[in-house]
Formats: sequence, structure tokens, C-alpha cells
Amino acid sequence: MTESHTARLRAAEVTIGYDRRVISTDLSVDIPDGSFTVIVGPNACGKSTLLRALSRLIDPEKGRVLLDGKDIHGYRAKEVARRVGLLPQSSLAPDGIRVADLVARGRYPHQTLLRPWSDADELAVDEAMAATGVTELAGRLVDELSGGQRQRVWVAMVLAQQTPLLLLDEPTTFLDIAHQIELLELFTDLHEAGSTLVAVLHDLNHAARYATHLIAMKDGQVVAEGSPGEIVTAELVEEVFGLPCVVVPDPITDKPSVVPIGRVRPLREH
Amino acid sequence: MSAVLPDAAARMLSIRLGGGIWRLELRTLVIRIVLLALLLAVGGAALMSGTYQLDPSQVLSALSGGGEGTIRKLVLEWRLPRVLFAVLGGLALGISGAIFQSLTRNPLGSPDVIGFDAGSYTGALIVMLVLGSVSYAVIATGAVLGGVITALLVYLLAYRRGIQGFRFIIVGIGVSAFLVGINSYLLISTGIQEARAAVAWGFGSFSALGYEQLVPFVLVLAVILPLVMLARRGFAQLELGDDAAKAVGVDVERTRLTMTVLGVALTAIVTAAAGPIAFVALVAPQVARRLVRAPGLDMVSAGIMGALLMLSADFVGQRIDITVGLVTVVLGGGYFAWLLIREGFRR
Repeated sequence: MTESHTARLRAAEVTIGYDRRVISTDLSVDIPDGSFTVIVGPNACGKSTLLRALSRLIDPEKGRVLLDGKDIHGYRAKEVARRVGLLPQSSLAPDGIRVADLVARGRYPHQTLLRPWSDADELAVDEAMAATGVTELAGRLVDELSGGQRQRVWVAMVLAQQTPLLLLDEPTTFLDIAHQIELLELFTDLHEAGSTLVAVLHDLNHAARYATHLIAMKDGQVVAEGSPGEIVTAELVEEVFGLPCVVVPDPITDKPSVVPIGRVRPLREH
Repeated sequence: MSAVLPDAAARMLSIRLGGGIWRLELRTLVIRIVLLALLLAVGGAALMSGTYQLDPSQVLSALSGGGEGTIRKLVLEWRLPRVLFAVLGGLALGISGAIFQSLTRNPLGSPDVIGFDAGSYTGALIVMLVLGSVSYAVIATGAVLGGVITALLVYLLAYRRGIQGFRFIIVGIGVSAFLVGINSYLLISTGIQEARAAVAWGFGSFSALGYEQLVPFVLVLAVILPLVMLARRGFAQLELGDDAAKAVGVDVERTRLTMTVLGVALTAIVTAAAGPIAFVALVAPQVARRLVRAPGLDMVSAGIMGALLMLSADFVGQRIDITVGLVTVVLGGGYFAWLLIREGFRR
């Protein structure tokens, strides 16, 4: 089940939760370098909690999250932010902010009191907007954008941070299907350009199609991990989600595709 | 002025200095310059006019240390400290208002609304009426303590796994109402002479202030303002939400606590010196924001706006013989009504 990868980011036997409610106990996860890792699992299985622990948003009660071999909480906050970028589940755009200004907020970890802005910042913002296709929107107010455009702007902000590792917490949840695919294609481009990505996704078919490394979680524990072709089986989906299904190859990519059985009505005979 | 410029570069002014670039929106810069010019004009008018009218050349020569002895005394010892107090006090209140409105994400979340002024008054009243002190320094200390303790109380009562803006404001308004009751009780249960003096303090006035009060005020301000400027950039990132702010490397809890302390301090030093002056902290950041139209709350513009509001209020108050605190209450009351009506119609 586990292969030997190098992993700049990993959780080592962490116990994580909120307040006193423990979500995961002794959980160990490696994020293979250069992978597009997708974490899937039913609601409340702890996948977002794991992502929050990996991005230093919550502190494990036990165990450690290791970034480049060192406890992530041992770094200065800005140092982590130069290596790991995060697209949180929900963010707020300040009133009246324009696209270019919001994207520029991603440059914070690269700035100092005496160097509030630099040519490198300018370049990073331009590149991030170009990569996400929001260059034309640079002068627009974020409040006026559609949901799909706004999410691309938030992605641009994280890209402007220029981190080798990118964590994405349910990036596609509130988008329509076309915008979901558009965003996943963009993530694939970023992955091919050399970034390591970790995303929490709800849609199993999207996960199976776009992930190079899949982690399936249930009740705070990892049930299976590996390439989608190896691990996505009807048995696993039944075990993790309690959903009877068949797994067939996706006609476009040949990757596994999950078709729920549901309550099967007898087919009409011809 | 309302045209939307699509090109980001055209509305941004960049200044290169050393290895870094300082950027400012062109509109923000223009507004600040206009506000500063107005401030200078009102300040000049305040130095010139009064029971003894002076012309600009007399004021200028007095400021540069020349001119007649009596005029120099009038300008430098009587009128100038008052103008400086109004300007710097307004600056402090404007910035303090911007801090709390940003922390609470709410235009009502200013220190006067959430009870810090009432608490300072309680502190001062206890010193004046219960301890029977008339010393300025002791009263000022009482006011600062009252404000800080109130802030702490509101913070603790509103704390539930972090601070949430709306709960903070509601708790603050509740604490404020409670303190107003205590203040009334303290005033009623005392002699009429003492009560009169205490009530006068409660209206907020600059008329009794001289360099003796100005110097410590300026010294404290000179410590607080650089700290605010240091924490400002990280603080602005909090507008993105806690998760996003943490993700770009902001120490969210520490930044929030630092700014709360600095904001309380800014209000407390003004109240300590001049008594509670309501509504400048509430109004200045919002007016500045509407003029500047930059994202989020712009503390520098809010501070300049606060200075202008305070100086103008004192100027007007002096002409019709009421205290600056009363003028700001009247002005602020109108603004408050307008805000509530507007919010009401939006629903």
C-alpha cells in the first residue's frame, strides 16, 4: 500500500481535532513530492481537518506535522507561508477590493517593513493572474465577479504566494460543473509545471480522474492510498462511503469511474 | 471622480526607495492631501480667531518666535496647545475607531459605542467623587484604568473560542449601558458642586488643557503610533478571514491582541486628557472610507479625518460656547441616525 516516496510534507502519528473532540488518532500521511494528491471520504471523516493540520492552521494534540523534516510549528509563520500555500474553504474579500489588489495580498510572506512591494511581487502577481486567466479582470471589483471568476482570483492569490506546495480545501464545492472542470484542469497544469498539490474533493470521479495519488479516509483514518487506478474499486467505495456501485473505466481517460447502483429498477426489455 | 479606471497601474502611485517600492492609490493620496489642507486651514483659523482677532502675519510671526510678546503668549500658550490637542486627539480617535471597526468587521464597532468611553468616565468619576481627588494626573490615571478594565471586561465576556465581532459589539453596548447607570448613580449620590465639576469633565473639553497635559499625551502617542504602523500590514490581512490570514503567515491571535491593546490605549489617552469625546472614532473611519474608496479600512486617512473632525468640532464649539464633546455628540447623533436609517432601508 505504501511506496517509498520522498515527502517534504507529512503528518507523523498526529492526533488532531477541535476543542476536546478528537477527529483523528495517530494518523500518518505522506504527501509524495510532485504529486497531485486528492483526499476523499464521507462528510466528517476528517479530511479537511487533516488539511488544516498540514497547513499549520490547527495544532496537533499529539504527533507532529513535518515540513522538510522539521516540525511545522517550529518555523516562523512567514517561513511556512513561503513554502506551503493554502486555499481555505472560505475566505472574505475586503469591501471594495479590486482583483489585482486581492491577488497582491498573497505576497505578504515575501514582504518586509522596509520592502513593502518589489518588482518580484509585481511579476508574481502578473504571472498568477495570467495562469488563472484573470488578467483581464485585474481592475474589476471582486464583489462584482461571478462565483467561478472569484474562485479563480482566490487561486491566483495563493499562486502569487509562489509556494512549491499547494493545499486546496474543497476548491470546487460551490461551482457549477463547467467551472469545476476548468479549475481542475488549471490544477493539473500547475501540477505539470512542477507544483505539489493536495486537494480535498467531494466528487469521487473528479478525484479519480485528476489525482496522481489518492488518499481515502473514513472515521479519521486512512483506509487506502495509492494511484486511483490501483485503489478505486467497488469494494473500497462500498467500505468508505457505504455506497453500492460499479467501477467502470472512464471513456475519455480510462481512469476508474464510479457509477452508483442506487435502487435499481428493472430495465425494460427490448 | 467616480470613474472606474480599469488599468491597475494608472490608479497606483509607486515610489522607489532603496530596494523596495512604496505603493499608494492615487485617489487615496489626493484625498489625504485635501484633508490635510483643510486641517491646515481650520487650524490657521483657530489660531487667528477668538476674543482677540489676529491676522495671518501675526500668527505666523508668533509661531516663528517673533512678534509682540502678548500675541506670542496668546498664540503659543493659549491657542496652539488646544489646536494641537484637537488634531492629535482626533488622529488617535480616528485610528482607534478604524482598528475596532476592522476587528469587529462592523461600522458600529467603535470604542465609544462598545463602552470604553463610559468606562473611562466611570474611572474618572470614582477618582473625583469617591476618592475626592482633583489632581489632573490622578483623574487621568483613573480614566485610563476605567477604559482598560472595561475593554478587558468586554473582551472576556465576549470571548468564546476567539472573538467574534458582532458578539463583541452587543456585549460592549450592554456593558456600556450598565456603566452609564453606575455613572448616574455616582453623580446623583454626591454633592451638587462636585457633581457639576464631574459632569463638566464628562462633556469632553479642551479648554483647560495646556502643555502640562499635552507633553505626556504626545510622548505616549509617539510610542503607540509606530507600533500601530508596525502591526498594520498583518492586521490588514485579517480582513481576508482568519484562515487566509494564517495561510499567508500572519500570527492571527497575536496581531489581534496587539491591535486591541493599542486601540484601547489610543482612546484611553484622549479620554484621560480631555474627558470622553464620543463619535469621532465612530464617524471618522467611515467618512474616510467613503472618500478614499480603497479596500478595507485605511488607518492613515481615518486618522487625518479624525483630526479634521475634532478640530472643526472644537472650533465650532468654541464659537457658540459649548464643549467639543457636545458638538461631536450632536454631529455623531446625526450620523448615527443616518446610518441606522440606511441600514434599515437596506433590509
